[in-house]
Amino acid sequence: MRSLRAGKLTYVVLALFTAGSLFPLVWTAIAASRTNTRLAQTPPPFWFGGNLGRNLQMAWTDANMGTALLNTVIVAGTVAAGTVAFSTLAGFAFATLRFRGRRLLMSLVVGTMLIPPQLSVVPLYMLIAQLSWTDRLQAVILPTLVSAFGVFFMRQYLAQALPVELVEAARTDGASSLRVVWHVVFPAARPAMAVLGMLTFVMAWNDFFWPIVALTQSGSPTVQVALTGLGRGYIPDQSVIMAGALLGTLPLLLVFLVFGRQIVGGIMQGAVKG
Amino acid sequence: MSPSAAGSRQPAAEGGGRGQVWRSRRYRWDLRWSPYAFVAPFFLFFAAFGLFPLLYTGWAALHQVELTDPSAMTWVGLKNFTRLWEDEFFWNALRNTVTIGLLSTVPQLAVALGLAHVLNYRLRGSAFFRVAVLTPYATSVAAATLVFVLLFGRDYGMVNWALSAVGFDAVDWQNGTFASQLAVSTIVIWRWTGYNALIYLAAMQAVPGELYESAALDGASRWQQFRHVTVPALRPTIFFTCVVSTIGATQLFGEPLLFNGGAGATGGSDHQFQTLGLYLYEQGWVNLHLGRASAIAWAMFLILLLIAGAARLLRGRGDAR
Repeated sequence: MRSLRAGKLTYVVLALFTAGSLFPLVWTAIAASRTNTRLAQTPPPFWFGGNLGRNLQMAWTDANMGTALLNTVIVAGTVAAGTVAFSTLAGFAFATLRFRGRRLLMSLVVGTMLIPPQLSVVPLYMLIAQLSWTDRLQAVILPTLVSAFGVFFMRQYLAQALPVELVEAARTDGASSLRVVWHVVFPAARPAMAVLGMLTFVMAWNDFFWPIVALTQSGSPTVQVALTGLGRGYIPDQSVIMAGALLGTLPLLLVFLVFGRQIVGGIMQGAVKG
Repeated sequence: MSPSAAGSRQPAAEGGGRGQVWRSRRYRWDLRWSPYAFVAPFFLFFAAFGLFPLLYTGWAALHQVELTDPSAMTWVGLKNFTRLWEDEFFWNALRNTVTIGLLSTVPQLAVALGLAHVLNYRLRGSAFFRVAVLTPYATSVAAATLVFVLLFGRDYGMVNWALSAVGFDAVDWQNGTFASQLAVSTIVIWRWTGYNALIYLAAMQAVPGELYESAALDGASRWQQFRHVTVPALRPTIFFTCVVSTIGATQLFGEPLLFNGGAGATGGSDHQFQTLGLYLYEQGWVNLHLGRASAIAWAMFLILLLIAGAARLLRGRGDAR
């Protein structure tokens, strides 16, 4: 391995980058703990004030953040679980099983990754309007429940993590396909399933374009849609807006704090093979 | 392994040939059809929510459709497209998309490459730094944009305060054309640089060490090694990130929508940072013209195809060299 040892300058550069990455987040918390009046003064505040509780409470009640958070947990959780389950099944089939049309179907999966989402947003809206799904959570869950990237990711992982002999041995013992999936594939795929689940959860939590189109009347908003309402100035209080932004970001930051290394590993792994 | 061989190994515990025949038939069925069952969910969902809408967009673009009654469609032929061609806001949005795209993508990828290089050193706490630079990726467009709106505030924002502290004039980040586009680009750069850096880092770690050793033997400095070993080895990855970032840039939507404060989807008082994605939303969901929104979607798709074609040509030339 050629990696050069880092000098002092390297750490200075990295510290600056880290500060740049984290500063807007820290400052969100600082602004959320101040008053609107204080934010309209120079110099801006650099340390926490005593208003965090009040602002969080106002964001919670006025922007309906409680409902929005619950909705987002439901959406992101379902989408992540569905994507992981369907991707593992399809990835297993493409990586290990032999069947007619396998190559053609796999290239179709990859091909769908190239289609820009805007291209289908108008008819998708017409479709869910027809089904009377506007403002209901299934409108944002069902269209994102499968992911071509997920299928691709799981296929790449299972092709090397799941020995064909293992599947064949289970077959020889008379195990049905479902038993093979349950007792052989799922255990072998667990690390990749965890990574894909977290990546999908983050993406679904932060999804913006489609939720804002599909949940227009904000009967059951996701966090992002609720934040848009705050930003549009229904509540002209900057410190409350920042408290809302903090509420919408904090849960994901916690996920990140706990699973950050795995998420980093997943992105790097997906990158090399992609 | 053949299914019948597996079937014959089954102990005939339940006795009787019938059970066994039934079982082995079921077994063959399972072997034959379960692969299709495993890939079916993806294709079913894709057909319903991906393929059907995709095809239908082209159809809707040839109609007048209003959001108030999406099922009532009037055939208008190519009118939506000709109208778009004469629409100064469409060209304005296209120009803005290109400028903001360049302003955000070029610095973002250049910085990411440098950052990856630094992260590739043998570091104490490398896991910490990797997670730290990726943190903005976990922040939503909405939350990030709201924070940056405040940081870029004209009168009390921290950016202008810092500028005045070093002797510059305050900048009107929301109303200046270039200034607002730069501010919107900053949000994109902040959210995506760390992500791209990790992708580059992964590719760097796959570069064989001997390449560097022989370069060092030839007396190449670190900078020369970076330029003549790392960057060429990373070319496919750099190409990949360029494609992904370009696609992302053409779809830019959340940042310009929310950078506008209370003023809706116009992208600033003078449309100075309205992107194509935002214009599509404005036509469809503010002005309620779904047919025109479909035409914009198709125009965006054609532009992407043009870019992809150009990139292919460029890449072909580069490989031939």
